[in-house]
Amino acid sequence: MIPITAVKQTALSLMDKAAIDIPDDYLNGLQKAADAEDGDLSSFVLHAMLENYQAAKEDRRAMCADTGVPRWYVKMGNEARVEGGPVALEEALRGATAEATDGVPLRPNRVHPLWRTDHNNNVGLNAPEIEYSFEPDGDWIDITTVHKGGLFGSDYRMLFPGDGIEGIKRFYLDCLVAFGKRGLACQPAIIGVGLGGSKDTTMVLGKQAACLRTVGDRNPDPKVAELEMELMELGNSIGMGAMGFVGKSMVIDCHVECGFCHTGGMPMSVHAFCLSSRRAVARVHADGRVEYRTDPNWFTPYMRRETVGWAPEAESLKKSV
Amino acid sequence: MGTGSGKLKKVSLNVPVTTEQLKDIEIGDIVYLNGVVYTAREGVYKRVLEGGESLPEGLAEISNANFHCSPAAARREDGHFDIGAMTGTASFRFSKWLDQWFDVSGAKIIIGKGGMTSEDYRNFFVPHGAIYLTTVGYGTGALLGRGIRGIRDVHWFDELGIAQAMWMVEVENFGPFIADSDLAGNSLFERETAKVNKGLAKLYEGTRAPALHRFGETNDRNDEMI
Repeated sequence: MIPITAVKQTALSLMDKAAIDIPDDYLNGLQKAADAEDGDLSSFVLHAMLENYQAAKEDRRAMCADTGVPRWYVKMGNEARVEGGPVALEEALRGATAEATDGVPLRPNRVHPLWRTDHNNNVGLNAPEIEYSFEPDGDWIDITTVHKGGLFGSDYRMLFPGDGIEGIKRFYLDCLVAFGKRGLACQPAIIGVGLGGSKDTTMVLGKQAACLRTVGDRNPDPKVAELEMELMELGNSIGMGAMGFVGKSMVIDCHVECGFCHTGGMPMSVHAFCLSSRRAVARVHADGRVEYRTDPNWFTPYMRRETVGWAPEAESLKKSV
Repeated sequence: MGTGSGKLKKVSLNVPVTTEQLKDIEIGDIVYLNGVVYTAREGVYKRVLEGGESLPEGLAEISNANFHCSPAAARREDGHFDIGAMTGTASFRFSKWLDQWFDVSGAKIIIGKGGMTSEDYRNFFVPHGAIYLTTVGYGTGALLGRGIRGIRDVHWFDELGIAQAMWMVEVENFGPFIADSDLAGNSLFERETAKVNKGLAKLYEGTRAPALHRFGETNDRNDEMI
């Protein structure tokens, strides 16, 4: 049984880490981009950002004052049991969000869309979002918090099979060019692309691809992996860098996730996870032990399964044929 | 600052500034501020410009630098305010209030994310002898946080909440910012965008327009989308 106090304490600590510590994979990616960037202004911006991450870490202050809209991703091992059940788990995550908003402090960004009511704690109607996934075996839960900005850099479009890869590229470029001007997307960013699924799933997959996969990670489908590389290069050949200034660093990495969709369609979403790519992860074990990391490892082979049941041996047999 | 910034000119300004002190600022200059800056965005603009409420007494003598921003801040139990980081929010949304805001507030510097159009600069900024400074990145929130020396005052805290309240912030070596406009109304962002635009046609070669269009691609609502 996973103690609920361990869940709450871990969640609080994750809120703090996400807001303050830039994940290493993104930091290394940005460092490489900064080394390669030759645009005067773009280069100045990237070096200022690198200095900013250092300042955040040293002072233990939020790296960006727009601390985004904090949300949660929970992956549960099939044998995991949380003390108090799912209701207690959600209360712990909502509680940690509220406490950390005051404690770090974060900006209380969440308001009612019409009345603009602000609880000053980032908790309200349908906020924070908590998404779940599951994993065979395992008596642990993985808790991930992502603090993504909420205004610019994402879009959705219904494409059709006839639009093809050329249509995918067009919409991808449209998003990057539109949101890249003046740097509204806060690039260079990890770009997530959702392809297929129902419309809502398209958006979810693209967002998860941007926020829950690390720089350098490739889709296990070699053709999708190739598309990821191609889209990354395409984004970096726009001639635009940080803040929309002339430059070549637009995309730190590109992740594509696919879902089966209606036979007549090819829905697509694009998401930019900004210069402050805030994510933090921990595994809480049944005995209360906690291990922190920055890779959510969200898209496991089980998550990407295509079959009715889960039989990893049969899967690997099928692939080797 | 790291490499790549060698060719950029650095300027330090004391707030309140005079238009005279802004005349040497060129677009692309790196600017740091000392003195007091205040936050004001839609919440404050609506109260003052649409609701007719008064600004704090003698605002322009204390500060004429308006930051489009909400801080990451909290009020502690003893009543004092704790600010960790500050980051600009996109300014283009506030265009409709700015002309009147300059008249009422006496602002000479607007700080925010992403600048405004050069049309706004010519129509609103130039007549008021004001310039626009953009934040860097965006999201050098921690660096800006380091430049904060204290909170002088917070107005409309209870009415508007943390994000929309007017924060009067004492700052020193507060930056970096980049000058997007000058007193003539030129825009750095528009200059850079024009350069990027030159490569776009070639970039789009080999892509395909989608079968299904949508409004925005045409503004004639009588058009079909197929």
